[in-house]
Amino acid sequence: MNLSFFDQFMSPSLLGIPLILISLLFPTLLFPSPDNRWITNRISTLQLWFFQLITKQLMTPLNKKGHKWALILLSLMVLLLTINLLGLLPYTFTPTTQLSMNLALAFPLWLATLLTGLRNQPSIALGHLLPEGTPTPLIPALILIETTSLLIRPLALGVRLTANLTAGHLLIQLISTASTVLLPIMPAVSLLTTIILLLLTILEVAVAMIQAYVFVLLLSLYLQENI
Amino acid sequence: GPLSERPLLEVRLGELHTWISTCHFSAQGLLGAAQKAWNSYYAKYINVRRGGPAGISMLLAGYCLLSYSWNYQHFSKISCLGSH
Repeated sequence: MNLSFFDQFMSPSLLGIPLILISLLFPTLLFPSPDNRWITNRISTLQLWFFQLITKQLMTPLNKKGHKWALILLSLMVLLLTINLLGLLPYTFTPTTQLSMNLALAFPLWLATLLTGLRNQPSIALGHLLPEGTPTPLIPALILIETTSLLIRPLALGVRLTANLTAGHLLIQLISTASTVLLPIMPAVSLLTTIILLLLTILEVAVAMIQAYVFVLLLSLYLQENI
Repeated sequence: GPLSERPLLEVRLGELHTWISTCHFSAQGLLGAAQKAWNSYYAKYINVRRGGPAGISMLLAGYCLLSYSWNYQHFSKISCLGSH
C-alpha cells in the first residue's frame, strides 16, 4: 500500500518559492476593491451584496461593542471560504489543510476574545465557568470540566477545520484512484464509483462552505460571551 | 513611440531582446509590471458593463495551470497506475 496519498498535502515549491504563498495571495485577486462609481461592474455588486449578507448574519447577535470585530470576522470568513473552495479545483493546494495555519488562525483570535472578557468584565467571564442551577456537590468538578472545555476551544477550532478538509481531499483522491484503476477491469463498477465521486464532490463543496462559516460563527459566539 | 514605452503585445518578435534590455528588472519594476498587467486584464475582462462568468473563469483556469506547473516535478515521478 503506497503512502503517496498524503503527498498532496506537502507544500510544493518551485525554484524555492512555495506554492502556499501564491495560494494565500490569490484570493485577493478575486475580490476587487470597488471604484468610486455609482454603478460598478457585476462582480463588485455581487461582492457587496454577499458581504452585507455575511456581516448582517454575524453581527446581529452582538452588542455595539462587538461590532468593532466586524472587519476581522468578515475578512476571515471570506478568506476561509475562498481558500476552501479554491482547493477543490484540480492541482491546487489548500493552505487550510495544514494544521499549523489553522491553529495560527484560531489561537490568537480565541485568546483575544478571552482577554477582552477577562479585562473588561472579569467576573462575568469567569462566571461562565459555572452554569446556573448546578447542585452544590457538583460545583468543583463542573468548574474543572468547564475550564478544560474553555482551554480546548482553539485546538478544537483548528483541528475541526483541518480534519474536515483533509478527510475530504483524501476521500476524493482515493475514490478517483479507485475508479481510474477499475476502468479497464470492470467498467460498470468504475461508472458507479464515478457517480459516487460526483456526489462526494458536491458534498465537499458544501463542507468547504460550512466549515468556513462554523469557524467564524464559533469565534463570534466566544466573543458574545466575553464582550 | 520609443521601444521601451510600448507594451509587450505590440513589440515585434525581432525586437524582443532590445525591449527586454530596456525593462527595469528591480523588485519595484517587476511589481509595477505585474500591477499593470493585472489592471489591463481587469479592465478588459472583468470591469465591463455586462460581464459574465468568463473573466473570473479564465483567472481560475490560469490558477489551475499555474498549480499544475508548480507540481509537475512531483507527479511526473509517480508511476502509471494502469500498468500491472
